[in-house]
Amino acid sequence: MNRQAQAAVMFLLGAALLHAGSTDLYLRYVKAGLQPLLLASGGVLIAAALATVWYERRRNRSAGHPHDHAHPEPRISWLLLLPLLALILIAPPALGSYSALRSGTALQKPYAYGTLPTANPAPLSVIDYASRAAYGHGRSLHGRTVRLTGFLALDHSGAPYLVRMALNCCAADAQPVKIALTGSLPPVLRPDAWLDVTGTYSPRLTHDPVNNGPIPYLNVTSAQPVPVPHDPYDETWNN
Amino acid sequence: MAITEDAPPGTEAGAEPGPESRRLSSPLVLTLILLLAVLAQSPIRGLLGTPLMQSWMTVFVAVTVQALPFLVLGVLLSAAIAVFVPPSFFARALPRRPALAVPVAGVAGAILPGCECASVPVAGALVRRGVTPAAALAFLLSAPAINPIVLTATAVAFPHDPEMVLGRFLASLLVACAMGWLWQRLGRTDWLRPPAHGAHEGATKGEAFWNSVRHDTMHAGGFLVLGAMAAATLKAATPADWLRAAAGNPVFSVLALAVLAVLLSICSEADAFVAASLTQFSLTAKLVFLVVGPMIDLKLFAMQAGTFGRGFALRFAPATFAMAVAGAALTSAVLL
Repeated sequence: MNRQAQAAVMFLLGAALLHAGSTDLYLRYVKAGLQPLLLASGGVLIAAALATVWYERRRNRSAGHPHDHAHPEPRISWLLLLPLLALILIAPPALGSYSALRSGTALQKPYAYGTLPTANPAPLSVIDYASRAAYGHGRSLHGRTVRLTGFLALDHSGAPYLVRMALNCCAADAQPVKIALTGSLPPVLRPDAWLDVTGTYSPRLTHDPVNNGPIPYLNVTSAQPVPVPHDPYDETWNN
Repeated sequence: MAITEDAPPGTEAGAEPGPESRRLSSPLVLTLILLLAVLAQSPIRGLLGTPLMQSWMTVFVAVTVQALPFLVLGVLLSAAIAVFVPPSFFARALPRRPALAVPVAGVAGAILPGCECASVPVAGALVRRGVTPAAALAFLLSAPAINPIVLTATAVAFPHDPEMVLGRFLASLLVACAMGWLWQRLGRTDWLRPPAHGAHEGATKGEAFWNSVRHDTMHAGGFLVLGAMAAATLKAATPADWLRAAAGNPVFSVLALAVLAVLLSICSEADAFVAASLTQFSLTAKLVFLVVGPMIDLKLFAMQAGTFGRGFALRFAPATFAMAVAGAALTSAVLL
């Protein structure tokens, strides 16, 4: 790849990073905190592309003839087209039920349980409900209705789970937290569909076949399809 | 050299492709690729529609997008070192005896905030600026593991085991210094690929700086993509029950997590959280995971091969792996 082509690739890559960073697209792949770094590196790539073109033109003009390529230009650079095309043309969705069922629930014992929101039903994250139910024996949940948002995953026996992927840095380290659903569920369950689920605490507990981690149950009273949230991952562990 | 490979078949018909046809070829190929990709959009999307391929793509794009800002940071730093810092600075800053320079460079790794993608180009620039390779390699290995961001993340991920933070710091420093000293005794400079001078020339300092940025971004970036592809493949293919079987045996569990750290190629800022979630494994095995991961993984191997040459990476990577497993196991025997 010669310098003009390299400049073009750097420019496109920088523009793709700026595009992903300035829309919600980047939240499908990395944590929200990376946004300033993404925008800055996109800017640097564009600057490097413009500088390359500028110096190349100046060099050609002063030398009077195109300079020879005395040193090998890296052929490996062509690979940079792959993430560029993947990001611009395909923009793959955030990790869903396929990945969630392949890895074990990442639920961990929390330090402490905050007070439940006073609203009724109380809005909780999937992780918050799961840790209160699995480790706090549902003490803070008795007599309350809660509302959770997550996507559906169905295991091979067809049992439904409400899942949210927890993310620390990028999707490569995303891990699922799962809640088993029982009660009045919609008649048709489609994996990867996002649901707003309202329900009450159930003392039942099962174990993830993958890593033997605890999966608490939720007694569903109503479930409503919702669009994919602004940030599909749960990033509470970053704070 | 590489350019003729990329040229369309037509140009090879001549006895020798002239400079003009070489110059035209790669932008032309680039345009054709982009055009074809846009035209064939919907069949490509159809092929990639299965859940397996989709999660592969997501992880691939995620690893690349997450690593690019750190790569750009490392490339800027390395260009600044290569152009604006005179070689005499390093001669003064580091002890003259290589045996002493190694630990100093290892501890200096703590000041590079970021993950492993940033440290490879910086270490390459240090070698080009005349820093003894042993010291530059100690820096390369220690920087991603012992900087404050990574240690803070480790403390957050292991709230009940604060000794993991100390263990990670000590074991990583120990292994980095040991590898530096090992290189000093056994390493041969001809294993290191001679630095590409062309990329860092320029009429002015500005030109040299941007030339270095361009060269390192395109070069290390390509290898980063290669590593991301490997990591995504293994993330999609590693069976989780295999891990569960390994967790029972203390020796297997250490080796399993060491291999997993290499295969998954997770950013060192996030690996502590993944380690913490591997609940069925011992703390020793988790420490091995945290020490091995930032020092050697698929993505790093590809980038090291690109920066220092394949001959170097093939010797350095297995030695680093063995040393990191041994160092982490030793530290945990003393500490945990």
